[in-house]
Amino acid sequence: MLQVGLNHYLFVSAILFSLGIFGIVTRRNAVMVLMGLELVLNSANINFVAFAKFGNFGMSGQIIALFVIILAAAEAAIALAIVLNIYKTFSTVNVDEIDKLKE
Amino acid sequence: MTIYDFMFYLFAAVTLLSGFFVVSTKNIIYSAFSLLFTFMGVAGLYVLLGADFIAIVQVMVYVGGILILMLFGVMLTNKITNVQIRTGTLQIIPAIIGVGLFAGILTNILLNTEWKASNIEIPLKTTIFDLGRYLITDYVLIFEVLGILLLVALIGAATIARKDSY
Repeated sequence: MLQVGLNHYLFVSAILFSLGIFGIVTRRNAVMVLMGLELVLNSANINFVAFAKFGNFGMSGQIIALFVIILAAAEAAIALAIVLNIYKTFSTVNVDEIDKLKE
Repeated sequence: MTIYDFMFYLFAAVTLLSGFFVVSTKNIIYSAFSLLFTFMGVAGLYVLLGADFIAIVQVMVYVGGILILMLFGVMLTNKITNVQIRTGTLQIIPAIIGVGLFAGILTNILLNTEWKASNIEIPLKTTIFDLGRYLITDYVLIFEVLGILLLVALIGAATIARKDSY
């Protein structure tokens, strides 16, 4: 195989991003949609850290990756709180059955 | 092929195979544990890129925090009367076509772009000191704002998911 360079990391990141989008689009359970979203965020993070090593940006890419991890944690917590509330109201978390704006 | 290349292919294979298993299995618990392997694979890729602190933070925050949170979410939002928790899927064939096209276009773009990339040798020191210094000097505003944001997220999530006691 070739010597591992920037393109290899970007390829891994692109495929992971596509898998995440596939998970968001296809899944029925709301928690599994959130799992797809975590895959998307991880792929963007791989991009940041790869460019931090292979570009000439110093440590900025790694700092941005740290911030993305922090924001993903906060967003996952709030999203799951909303999912719990939806389950309390509709008693289902299938995204195609939650179609009323007001209960 | 050096050991670096071999470790990269190993971690990339772990990441992509677990990622594929996350989005294609019908059992939610299998999906959550495949997500764990995906996070571990991504942490390995971070180590190979010289970001050791980010790799440790990834394992701690993602595996130790977010994954446990998602398992709680799965357990609290399914009626566990039978043993297997299965879930359905929506519109697989259009999604495969659309996402496949998107992945193909994205890969084509990134492989044909001439990145101004130079292979910087990884210095044999930890990145903690530089990251800490940057967080306090150059990125201190973002650091403080993120602290406030985490506080707001904490209060908000606890308020949203509270039992109505009135």
